[in-house]
Amino acid sequence: MAGLVALIVVLAILGLVVLVLIGIYNSLVGSRNQVDNAWAQIDVQLKRRHDLIPNLVETAKGYMKHERETFESITKARSAAMGAKTVAETAQAEGQLADALSKFMLVVENYPELKANQNFLALQEELTSTENKIAFSRQNYNDQVLFYNNRIQMFPSNVVAGMFAFTKRDFFQVETALEREPPKVTFS
Amino acid sequence: MWELIRTNRRNSILLMVLMAAVLLSLGLLIGMAALGREGGLLGVAIAAGIWLILALVSFSSGDQILLAASDAKQVTHDVHPQLFNIVEEMKIAAGLPAMPKVYIINDPAPNAFATGRGPQSASIAVTAGLLARLNRDELQGVVAHEMSHILHRDILYVTLAGIMLGSIALLSQVFMRGMFYHSMGSRRRYSSDSRGGGQAQLILFAVTILAAILAPILAQLLYFALSRRREYMADAGGARLTRYPEGLASALEKIAGDPSPQLATANDITAPMYFANPFKKRGKRTLSDLTSTHPPVSERIRILRSMGHGASYRDYAQAYTAVTHSKNLMSAAALGTEEVAIRQKQGESAEPQRAEKQIHEIGDIMRRVNGFAFLTCPCGLKLKVPPNFQGDAIQCPRCKRPLPLRSLRTPT
Repeated sequence: MAGLVALIVVLAILGLVVLVLIGIYNSLVGSRNQVDNAWAQIDVQLKRRHDLIPNLVETAKGYMKHERETFESITKARSAAMGAKTVAETAQAEGQLADALSKFMLVVENYPELKANQNFLALQEELTSTENKIAFSRQNYNDQVLFYNNRIQMFPSNVVAGMFAFTKRDFFQVETALEREPPKVTFS
Repeated sequence: MWELIRTNRRNSILLMVLMAAVLLSLGLLIGMAALGREGGLLGVAIAAGIWLILALVSFSSGDQILLAASDAKQVTHDVHPQLFNIVEEMKIAAGLPAMPKVYIINDPAPNAFATGRGPQSASIAVTAGLLARLNRDELQGVVAHEMSHILHRDILYVTLAGIMLGSIALLSQVFMRGMFYHSMGSRRRYSSDSRGGGQAQLILFAVTILAAILAPILAQLLYFALSRRREYMADAGGARLTRYPEGLASALEKIAGDPSPQLATANDITAPMYFANPFKKRGKRTLSDLTSTHPPVSERIRILRSMGHGASYRDYAQAYTAVTHSKNLMSAAALGTEEVAIRQKQGESAEPQRAEKQIHEIGDIMRRVNGFAFLTCPCGLKLKVPPNFQGDAIQCPRCKRPLPLRSLRTPT
């Protein structure tokens, strides 16, 4: 009789442990999917950036005859970014592309005729917006990665993560020349 | 963030309960005054009925009614790419599950509002005057402020509180009117009926009249108190979403200094929904703070400009305390501990536009909203073609050159 009770208790505890493990596993899968979804959103915006660049270059070429280097560096950075595979690679290549684009925008300031072109203005607005969307979705992605990485490193979820080979994800850290600069301090 | 929404919700429920109490006691008093002691229950039932009907209508199509009454038209990306892009950016920043619908209001006064039931089905409306006056950073600030109203679930509570206020106002109006006709028509019959408890009935009557006058005012004060706090919180949220408080501050400055007449389609109940108080009376701002739907603009600007170190809710709350010398805006738990750095100004040379050019641009925006096509003749003249124009070509009025219309249908 006592043996039966002990057996039932052991079985109940075992069942409880299995239930908890299933719960942890499911929530881990959930947050991994969140990370993937956040990445997909960045990807959409990055693709849009890549699609906008040929149009932008084409429109600007007619006005900017003597800026071949600028165009070349953009085109090169674009193909590098499109060929990138991992998160770290993409982050690095996109950072360079962002640098090339902001240099290009500085050069544009010297061409008032180009700045008056309606087509160019529309493209510029799209590019500005895409850059903003990349920044905002990057923030979202990094938040999700932080949450996910914390979970697979902390007890008890790290046990389940180890059993089913959940691996850490990379942050999307874009280091552009602009962002490396120390922030300006203004007193107002 | 979630703590903030929860606090917001708790305060809102408290306020709703208070307003419901005002509404139902008004119903009770009116019922008793009009029909004797047994009428009290009927009065309460009528008050609840009015509220139910208004609530049902508002929930099913309140946002549509409001937008239609404001003369707002839904627009796509092609009509105003910048506005649409900015709303999309802020949608991403706020992590909203669905893209809000974007509307443009045909009004030269610069203002904006958000409406809808919640983050799943929200709408953001801005006036043509706002689009013509603000640069990209400022417009982003205003849209972020409205997006925060959506994110904080303000739009639902403002709608609910508005319904409650509307019911109270309606009920006391009905009573006052009814009493007026009653005393005109059948005074004699009434006085002979209630000979027994005449004294008590008279006192009850006086109390009810007083309540019918005071209740709408009290409800309005409650409503406004709620709405001011929310404006601060939405400013804080706007700064956090854009990471650029200066954009919002500068937008407020431009709107406050704007000489155009007040918004044509705003009223007492919709006023708290707007970005800036639509009833600003110039030179009359000393009017009591209690009766204002929005905090003083100068104060909102000063708070935003004092956010020296970051753009999080906590930074805003610190600036709020420093500027107003009043206690904290929100509990520390609700403000969270996140670090949000302020971003740099986006490279955009925004030369101040002249007034005529702005009016011109408002006209252009509205024509675009209404489906006009724009065409630039090689001679430099800009033609505006109405959407119902028939034919394949149009003659330029200046240089008499025939211009093909087919190219028009693709937006520039």
